Parts: sequence; C-alpha cells; structure tokens
Amino acid sequence: MSARIGVITFPGTLDDVDAARAVRYAGAEAVSLWHRDTDLQAVDAVVVPGGFSYGDYLRAGAIAARSPVMGPVVEAARAGLPVLGICNGFQILCEAGLLPGALVRNSGLRFICREIRLRVEADTAWTAGFEVGSAITVPLKSGEGRYVADEATLDRLEGDGRVVFRYAEPAPNGALRDIAGVCSTDGRVVGLMPHPEHAIDPLTGPGADGLGLFTSVLTRLTAAA
Amino acid sequence: MTVADQTGRTTLDTVANAAATPEQEQPHAALGLRDEEYARIREILGRRPTDAELAMYSVMWSEHCSYKSSKVHLRRFGETTTDEMRRHLLAGIGENAGVIDVGDGWAVTFKIESHNHPSYVEPHQGAATGVGGIVRDIMAMGARPVAVMDGLRVGPLDAPDTARVLPGVVSGVGFYGNCLGLPNLGGEVVFDPTYAGNPLVNALCVGVLRTEDLHLAFASGVGNKIVLFGARTGLDGIGGVSVLASETFGEGTGRKKLPSVQVGDPFAEKVLIECCLELYRAGLVVGIQDLGGAGLSCATSELASAGDGGMEIDLDQVHLRAEGMTPAEILSSESQERMCAVVTPENVDAFMAVCERWDVTARVIGEVTDGENLRITAGGEVVVDVPPRTVAHDGPVYQRPYARPAAQDDLQAATTAGLARPSSAAELAEQVVRLASSPQLASREWVTDQYDRYVRGNTAAATPADAGVLRLDDASDRGIALAIDCNARFCLLDPREGARLALAEAVRNVASSGARPVAVSDCLNFGSPEDPAVMWQFAEAVDGLAQACAELGIPVTGGNVSFYNQTATTAILPTPVVGVLGLVDDVRKAVPAGFGAPGDAVWLLGETADELDGSAWAGVVHDHLGGRPPRCDLAVESRLASVMAQGAARSLFSGAHDLSDGGLAQALVECAVGSRVGASVTLPPGDLDPAAALFSESAARMLVSVPAAAEADLARLCVEAGQPAARLGEIGGDALTIAGIDPLDVAELVIAHTATLPAVLDD
Repeated sequence: MSARIGVITFPGTLDDVDAARAVRYAGAEAVSLWHRDTDLQAVDAVVVPGGFSYGDYLRAGAIAARSPVMGPVVEAARAGLPVLGICNGFQILCEAGLLPGALVRNSGLRFICREIRLRVEADTAWTAGFEVGSAITVPLKSGEGRYVADEATLDRLEGDGRVVFRYAEPAPNGALRDIAGVCSTDGRVVGLMPHPEHAIDPLTGPGADGLGLFTSVLTRLTAAA
Repeated sequence: MTVADQTGRTTLDTVANAAATPEQEQPHAALGLRDEEYARIREILGRRPTDAELAMYSVMWSEHCSYKSSKVHLRRFGETTTDEMRRHLLAGIGENAGVIDVGDGWAVTFKIESHNHPSYVEPHQGAATGVGGIVRDIMAMGARPVAVMDGLRVGPLDAPDTARVLPGVVSGVGFYGNCLGLPNLGGEVVFDPTYAGNPLVNALCVGVLRTEDLHLAFASGVGNKIVLFGARTGLDGIGGVSVLASETFGEGTGRKKLPSVQVGDPFAEKVLIECCLELYRAGLVVGIQDLGGAGLSCATSELASAGDGGMEIDLDQVHLRAEGMTPAEILSSESQERMCAVVTPENVDAFMAVCERWDVTARVIGEVTDGENLRITAGGEVVVDVPPRTVAHDGPVYQRPYARPAAQDDLQAATTAGLARPSSAAELAEQVVRLASSPQLASREWVTDQYDRYVRGNTAAATPADAGVLRLDDASDRGIALAIDCNARFCLLDPREGARLALAEAVRNVASSGARPVAVSDCLNFGSPEDPAVMWQFAEAVDGLAQACAELGIPVTGGNVSFYNQTATTAILPTPVVGVLGLVDDVRKAVPAGFGAPGDAVWLLGETADELDGSAWAGVVHDHLGGRPPRCDLAVESRLASVMAQGAARSLFSGAHDLSDGGLAQALVECAVGSRVGASVTLPPGDLDPAAALFSESAARMLVSVPAAAEADLARLCVEAGQPAARLGEIGGDALTIAGIDPLDVAELVIAHTATLPAVLDD
C-alpha cells in the first residue's frame, strides 16, 4: 500500500494542486486536508503548501497557524510526523512554533520570481535522498521570503546542522546567512521558501530536482514501516 | 437628487415621487448624459427618471458600457465572420468572453480588457482591479481561470511619472495575479511619450471548462432567485454618481468621499473562484454574471434583458459595507469581488451551504418575475421601474464623424530613406548593442520577475518566450498558446496596416511554439472619438483587423474598446492590441523559445525586404517615426504558421523566435541572451545592405534552430510549402558572430540587455 501524504488547503492556498501532483509523481497518494478539518485521516506525512492563506492578513501565516487543522498537525509533528512547509507553508510552521525564526519582507521590497540554486546542507526526512553538499535548482517566488532569527538562534541552527537549504548565491531576498530552509531538532519538520513542487517535470519547471524531497520522505516512511 | 422633508431627514426619490415632480431638476450633465440622451430617457419612461434610474442609465449609457461611438464600426467583426469561422465558437462577441470548443469535451475562454484610466490615477489598485475584473469575466463563463497576461504602455523610461506609474502598475498586476494563483505568461511593456499621461493597462485572462459547464448570463424561469455573493457593496468606485451622493450628503455630515478607483482584495476573489467552481460542479447555477463596471446596474439589467425580462430586486437585502448608502450608490458601486447568480428556489439552500463552506457572504436579493420591467425597491418603495433592455442594450448609437487627418500624407512621406545607415563592422555592432540595450528592446525581466509563472504547474512556456504555452490539464498533453501584440508606431503610420500587422505578429508568436492559431480577442485603445482624426484611426484599424481575421479564418471572439486616451489634444498612438489563442496538440512537442543546442543549425524562415520605416532602429538610432509600415501579407504569414506547426509535430525544431521589433539583429541577440550561448551566422542572401538585413522589420519571418539530423526534413518541408528559407549558420561558442560585423561577447550582451530597466527603476 502506498504512503498517504496529506496536503492542506486553507482559503487562499494556491500551490496545493502542485504539491498534490508532486506527491503523486513521487508515488504516494495525495490526501486533501481542509483547513476546518480536525482529523488528519491517518496520513503518513503532511505538506503545508504555498499561497496566501487567509490573504496574508495580520501576518503571513499567522491566521493559518491558528486554524483548526493545525492543532492536530502540530501535535503529530511533535510526535514525529514528517511535515514539509513550502513558502507560505514555511511561514505557517514558523508561526505555529514548529520551526524557529520568521519570514519577513524581501530586502528589495518586491516580489521575486526566478529559478535559483540551493545547496542541500542537512540529512532530514525530506532530504534523505540528496547528498549533503549537492545543489538543486528550483523556483523561488515570494514577497516575504527573507529568513530572520536572532544571532543565537542562527548560531544554534548552524551548530546543530539544522540549516537544510542555503541559497548557492547571495540570497536574493536578503535572508540572513543565506538560509532558504531549516528543520526541527529531529529533522522531520522542514520548511523552505523556494518551491520544490514546481520542479518535478522539465516541461513545467527548471527540471525535476524538487521531486527528491517527496521521494525522500517516501523512502523514510517505507523504511520505517 | 433626494428630497429632504421638513424634518431635514432625506427621503427616497421613488418612482411615484418622480412621476409627481416632473419639473425637478436633475444633474444629468454632471453624470455625463447629453441633453438629448436625458430627453430620451424621459421619453422611454414617460416621466423623469428617479435618482436611482438616472444613475443606472448614465453609467450604462456611458462610452465605457454602451460602446456608443464604436458600435457602428464593431459590427464589422460580425459581418466578416463566416459560419465556417464560427464552427468552433460556443460563445462570441456580446457574452462576457468568447468560448472556443477545443475538442474532447474541453473548451477555452479568453478575453483582453483595458483598465487604463484608473491605472493612471492609482497605478497599483487600478492595475490590480483590472486583473480582477477580467478574471471575473472568465469565471462568469463557467470556467476556471488558468492564466493571465498583461500589455503595459507607459511614458518614456526616464520620464519622472514613469517611476510612479510603471512600478505601481507592475506591483498591482503582480499582487493581484500572484495572490489569485494565476500564472502570468507574459505580455508587453512599451515606452512611448504619448502614453506619459495615459498609461495603458490591458489584462488578458484565459480559462478552461468542460463544454457542459458553459454558463451564460441570463435570468430565466419565473420564481428563480437572484443571489448576490462575494464581497460587500461599498462606496468605492462610484465615480460620477457621487454627484447624486453629494447632493444628499452635504458638508458636515461626516461622510468622507472615497476614491473613485476601486480597491481590490485578491484573497476574496480567490475564494470566490473556488466557491463558483464548486457551485458549477454541483449544478446549482442557472445563470451568472460578474459585477464589474456599473456594478449592480449592469448585472441586473443585463441578466434581466438576456432572460425572460422581468426581475424584482430588493436593495435592502444587499450586504453593505457602508452605512446610509442611497439606492443610486448601491446600484452604481463598483466594489470588487462580487458575482450575481440565478438559482432555482429548491437549490437556494444548497447554494448557500457552498458559500458558507468558503466563507463567502451570499444573499437572495430578488427574483425573476413574469413582468416586463426590472423593478427595484428600497425601504419598501419602488425606486426603479424600467424595461431592462432600454438600460442594457438600447443606449445611444453615434455615427461620429471621421476623416483622414491632413498631416497623414506628410507623415507617410517622411520615410527613412534619407537616414544615415551604418556600414562599418564596428558601427553595425555598436548599433546592434544600442538597440538591445534601449528601453524599447531591453529585457523585461525587471517586470516579469515580479510575476508568478509557475503556480498550478501547467506552464510550459512563459515570457520571454514569444508565446505562453499552457497544458490544459494533467491528464492530457493537450495545450494552448497565447500571445498579445501591437506595434502602435506602425498603427500611427497606417492604422489599417498596423492593425493587420498586430494580428500577424500575434499569430506568428503563437505559431513560434508550433501552435495552430484559432481565435482572437482585441483591446482597442484610442484617443477621443470626438476627434475625427482619432475616429478615422479607429475605423481603419477595426476594418483592417476584421478583414485580416477573415483572411486568416480565425474569429474575433470578444474584447473591449477604450477611448479618450489623450492628454489635452494629444492622443496616444492608435493601439489596437491583439490577443491570439492557439491550440497545441501535445505540449511536450511545443517548440522551445530561443536557441537550441550548440551545434544545431540556425535557419531564417521568410524573406527580408528593405523595410525600416517605423522600425525600432529608426526610433532608437534616429528618433524617427515616418513612412509606411512593413508590408503585411497574411497568406504568407499563414504559410509560415503552417510550416511551424508541421515542423513542430515532426520535432524538427530545437528552438524558435519570431522576428519583430529590432529585426534579425534583435532576434539573434535575444536568442543568445536567453540561451546563454553564441552563434556564428551570415546575413540572409540577397542584395540588401547590412543595416537593412539586420534591422528591417519585414513581417512573416522566424528564426529557428534545427538539429543537424532534421535539416534535410526541414528543407523538404519548406520546398513543399513554398516557404522561403535560408540557413544562416550554427549555434555555439561564447560570442554572437555575424558576418560583416564585429563579434559580440554573449556575457556582455546579457549585461547590456538586462541592465537597462533595473538601472532606472531600482532605487
């Protein structure tokens, strides 16, 4: 039986269709989860996709982090459920307290959409299939993608090997220490600003590098089963 | 105006009151109605209109809504469209957007529309709501919107106001489209002094639907309910109707006037899209209409006139976001993100449940009646009682005088013949780079990098590709291609030929991907229709475009007209923007943009003539605009498109790029820059001087990359089709080497081409 990976839709979520497609391309079953759901339908992992949940009102990700579905997601994540937050999903995971730091307005104050290279720097549930130190090319598309945290947190993240992705060139959004993605202490919750789900087929993206995140988690789930 | 009673409290201007007070003066002129138009309204109603009726007629009979100056000319599109051209058309001109049957039960709907004046007043919100409006038009056809494009025209790059208008417009288009989750496939950014006080923001949206889901705007079935859903109705975007409001609310009432430009909330629209699609899937909608220009006035009168005729609306049921709104204001409000549906009584509960799931506010505001009139009540009193067709369709029609301006002959006589042409290798190279780095031809990345082109995962090509290519759905490799184009400099020199050339270029762009062009949408931007010279430009362009579409056998399916784009007496360049939709049988076989792989051959399809009048070269190097535009032979254009489609199906091309602004030189530079690889080529055979060979803008030409193994096949295909073709050289190396001119380093070309816009627009 194939793994079942939940994909959450909040009002204003945009990349849920892309995340679900990436899950299917990787060989898993995509399970739609609605923001009002409180039952995760026993999924094996969860993707919190990109978009503008609740219109980014208040602060990007702030309202979604407090929506009904996130209660059980946070609880399950703390118990080891693999969770991937992409773009707005990363913002939501930070707002929900699953990941440290915050995402603020790009330093150039403009939305940025371009293909960028990322270095994979940590072995996590979502990057197990990559060699640490390898590079992938995926789209970045966000207006509030500048990762920030206090110096002590940044030092700790680097010291603990929790910087999962770093921009290979100087971060276009001004992210501190060029950080593009980080993970939880157990390496099972990962958040990143760029969009691996838009790089699963050379027809529609820069290549298929992004698919590796979704196949990685499947490998982990299968190995654990 | 509303009458104050003796207690000072305002009372409604009811139908009964209007009948009883025929002598009451009304501010029809301030609302834009001419005396004879006002008299006509009184004649229709047999009394003076109420405030609310006056508001409805004035806005629905405006140029924007009634097409009163353009109607007589737009008929040309209908007259030149044959039954054969209509064969795949499920809906055409007159509906919210044209719908084309693309086979296997799929249909595509697309439309381009202007939002020019609001984008000058408030660039960000004006452009944002321009995107929002065209997206709702597409939703109203029963389709899921799947992509947007935008054509932007502003003053010179270094003009002070461009620094306000362009970044504002781009952030508005990006803000709204990105937040809606619609990929932006590209479009145009054009700089010209005539747009300095009149920027053009033309937005295109394309949607996809199953043919059985096609929805049209009509209200039929007596007893069916009218449901208003989406955002609340407020005081924004009321425009001229505030003349009525200001009579009602004098100084000291504490009510602030709101800006006349509407304010967009893309989050509300995203939710509305998903809500509408769920309503369609559940079969809960009989008819649907978006609320755009003229708000409820337009939606109710159009729904009623397209249905059985009678409708009752109770304005007390409309969910409002401001207190004390008058009936005229409620009817004229252009608050965004609203839709109006016709629902059978037994489906109302299910309809409301879907809206509740998406947190969309919905209210039953009326029903279809067996009467003949649209009757609207407020506070239990009848404030509107009109035959709906007289509001929606029977507006005034004008035969505006038009005349070829006397200066046209001088303009056409001032050709480029006397301009100095470069001849040395160094001079030619310098001009190639000068063009590539000019604001007119420099990279638009600064703009398009602010737009999401990946969302929904179906974008096979987007800007800077000539055409956007979109997969229709995951299950099939069927797709579409889209391009919008207009060279308004050509249109000034000859509006008829210019309009034909705009169509030719859009067709060529779509064809560059290998797609078959099938339908047209147009956005006709012109100066004042009261100026006979402008009206002549308009008449020429429309007739030229209509005939050109007939020659190509592809129908105009809809669009819009924007007049009064002028500052004092200076009109914008005549700008008939043409959008073309093409079909792609297999998106995986679509031809990529730019150069192919190193080692592949570079071929030029088509013939180059000495046609520099109106060219980018004349404009950039000599600041010259005069003469006659390039020849436009649509049979030749059609042949090229057919060769591209056949070649793509046989996978003969590894890359393609059409030749347009800047000619062969610019096409080579853009291919080299886009693919980050050089090439070694000769100029096309013939006796043209090098400047003409490089910079001429002859139509019907395409630069293609051909793998060695496919060259013989392509040669055969060209011979069979009678397509002129020449092998220019091969891709490879770090330099663009054109015989007879100094080599150009690709890395330096990248900088020259991409640095221009950021240098001016980055703070």
